[in-house]
Order: sequence, then C-alpha cells, then structure tokens
Amino acid sequence: MRFVDEFRDADKAHALAAKIAALCEPGRQYKLMEVCGGHTHTIYKHGLEDYLPESITLVHGPGCPVCVIPMGRVDDAIHLASRPDVIMTSFGDMMRVPGSNGSFFDAKANGTDIRMVYSPLDSLKIARQNPDRQVVFMAIGFETTAPSTAVTMLRAATEGLRNFSVFCNHVTIIPAIKAILDSPDLRLDGFIGPGHVSTVIGCRPYEFIARDYGKPVVVAGFEPLDILQSIYMLMLQLSQGRSQVENQYSRVVPWDGNTVALKAIGETMELRPYFEWRGLGFISHSALKVRSAYESMDAELLFSVPGVRVADPKACQCGEVLKGVLKPWECKVFGTACTPETPIGTCMVSPEGACAAYYNYGRMHRTRVAEAARLGAS
Amino acid sequence: MCLGIPGEVVELHPEQPDLAKVNVSGVRRMINIGLLADDPPTPGEWVLIHVGFALSKIDEGEAAAAMAFLEGIGQAYEDEIAALRESLIE
Repeated sequence: MRFVDEFRDADKAHALAAKIAALCEPGRQYKLMEVCGGHTHTIYKHGLEDYLPESITLVHGPGCPVCVIPMGRVDDAIHLASRPDVIMTSFGDMMRVPGSNGSFFDAKANGTDIRMVYSPLDSLKIARQNPDRQVVFMAIGFETTAPSTAVTMLRAATEGLRNFSVFCNHVTIIPAIKAILDSPDLRLDGFIGPGHVSTVIGCRPYEFIARDYGKPVVVAGFEPLDILQSIYMLMLQLSQGRSQVENQYSRVVPWDGNTVALKAIGETMELRPYFEWRGLGFISHSALKVRSAYESMDAELLFSVPGVRVADPKACQCGEVLKGVLKPWECKVFGTACTPETPIGTCMVSPEGACAAYYNYGRMHRTRVAEAARLGAS
Repeated sequence: MCLGIPGEVVELHPEQPDLAKVNVSGVRRMINIGLLADDPPTPGEWVLIHVGFALSKIDEGEAAAAMAFLEGIGQAYEDEIAALRESLIE
C-alpha cells in the first residue's frame, strides 16, 4: 500500500486491494500468471505487487514476441538480409535483439540493408521504389500483428508485386500457455489473459484452460485498475471453486474476436508442425508459416536460410524468466552483465520484457521500499 | 510494435475504402481499416491502432485512458510515435 499516492483513482485501487485481500484463504498461496508483456510493464511501473497480499504472487509469462525469438532466427534473418539483392524491413523493437553474431543494428552498422518500418505496409512502398531488389519483411509477433502481415500479403498479391516476401516468425499464444500448463516446473492458480491478442482471437480459445485444467482466466485491460480488477475476478472464482473464462476488457475485446483478421491470417498462413521458442524450446503447432498458395512470398523458400539452431548464452536465464520460474532479479546476470543498454537476453531488450520492465521500474520501487523502511526505523 | 495506439478517424480515403486518415497525438497519418470491415469506423470515431492497422473501435473515454497509459510508458511510446511519423502507408 506504499505507492497509492502516485496513482490515479487511488481510492478505487485501495477498495479493490481490500476486496482481493478478503478473498485469500488463510495459509493458501496463489500464483497468477500475467501472460502479456504489456501487463508486466503496467505491474512494475505502478508497483501493483505492493497492493497485493503476500500470499498472491504474480508470475510473468511468455507474451513478449521479441523475447521469444530464438537466436537462430535472428542469425537466419541477418544471413538473409546480407544478400546484396535483399532489403530487409523490420519493426524497431526487433533491431536490438542479439543473435549469436550481433543484432540487426550491428548488421546495419556493417552495411547490411535493414530498414526500420512502422507497419508492414511501409515495406510495400519500399518494394515499389526498389523493383530490382527483394524486400523481405521480418514478420514477428503474436496474433496482434499477424493480421497486419496477412493483409499486407493480400495487398501485395492484388497489386502483383513480385519483389515482396515475408520471413515469417509469427507465433500463437495458446500453445505457449499449454506448454506452461504442462510444465512440471510451475503450478499456477489462474491467468490474467492478454488484452490485444484477444482482440483478434477472442476469449473462446482460452476455454480449455478453464475446462481441462480447472484454472480461471480473466482477459484484462492495460491500466492498473484493469489489472487489479482482473486479479479480483480471478480470486473471486478461486474462492467460489469456479474456473471460467471472463472478459474484464470487454470494452475493447469482443468475445468472438475479430473474424476479418482471423480470416486474413487463415488465408495467407498456416501452422508450422513445430517452432522453437527462446527458453521454452520446441513447441508443436505454435507458430505460423506462409501458406503454400502464397509461396512466392515465403522468404524461407525463395532464399536459402541456414536454419541453424543456436543455444542461448550460458549465463542467460531468459527461459526460466519466460516460463515464470525465475523472477528477473534472480537471473545471475540481471542488471550487471545484462542491462537494456547491453542486453544478453531478449527479456532485457523489449520494454515489455519482464527484465527490462523490472530494470526500469522495479529497482526504483525496491530502493524506495528500503528508504521507507530506513525512515520508519529511525 | 505491441502497443495499441488510439487514433481519431479524420477522413476516409476517397478511393480506397480500406484506408483512412487518423489523428494520433497531432500526427496525421493514413492507416488501414480493412480489419474493421464488418463495422467500419466513420470520421469522429476512435480506433486502436497496431502497426498501421485499426484492430478495434473504442469510445472516446477508452481512447483518453489508453493515451494516458501510453504517455506514462515514456520512451517506448515516443519511439512508436516517431515510427508512425515516418510511416507512408498508401
């Protein structure tokens, strides 16, 4: 309850915190996973864990698309981009992700033609302007960004653009959640479901979690009160012995998702048999590839991609952080060898990565807690 | 990339029905609204934008709340707006 003053709607936050505390059974420990990196960011920024009773632990999940890209895919992308006939386009978030021989930024500094774009549609303009070069879009992200890649491919097909292709690294959230549920390392009591991904996939895909695993899921918005409200909804279900999928973010997320977006994904992409996730290893049917009907836009078929598997650096414990087994500060290199300026692991690269979020905000809170304790003691 | 940015639809593209001009914090840029084809936004309505695509319609109150959240995020939001500024969707 220490940081309520820096928070809008502090009274509501207080009231929710009290209601959450009242639902805790004495002696029981609760572990709730927030799947989405955006939620992790809010939790650390606003010190939400300080509002919760000690018996509730928030566990940070794998929902940061930059964080789950394995090193080998970064190396493959740089290999592709280094061809003289290729211009690679990428979201800015991807530029600092380390491969085994450096990041996109490092490759760019060495003369490789990698260009940052805001939208995959910007890649089409670059393709039109450079008809003698192949423009390869580095497609990353969960179901939030997959529709944009899909529509861009459909647009390229309609225009008859022949020099645009996609290096597809889109991943799907449900198999990752299932992998975590099946992992022996971690026992969770419930899930704070991702907000923006659910805008596309809706709430139904989470039903197996409630039905088959008996764990509640609440799809949540991104503001501090949204997250506290969602925790309250999860705790209410747990106290009543229920496990259902509920939608706290219904003002943005329709129960059935965005069917136009799902159709565009289905038309242009299909599930891969398996895909490697950083830290989580190979997960069946967990990623998308370009559908064979659009193979002329599949960079993996157009160019030779080495496809070498690269082990994460030994010191890096992103895998444990992504699975929620370790808290960021429990990693051996957190804040020392691995910082946002010189990241070793992906969780430190993206602002939505648990390590970067904790590095930016959590340490500040811990310092202030220590300060408050010191003042209290004197 | 993961941030959903609220934008107010300013005008629809006269020739391409899947494009619309939006105003995001004073930056006016073209975005794709094709994913909302089931219920297309009209000028004055607000949308949540991901990498140049409107993914959902939102009301003005939600837009204001989302904007307050994003402004609190700091650098990541500034990077996103800077990237949007460079965007030339057509």
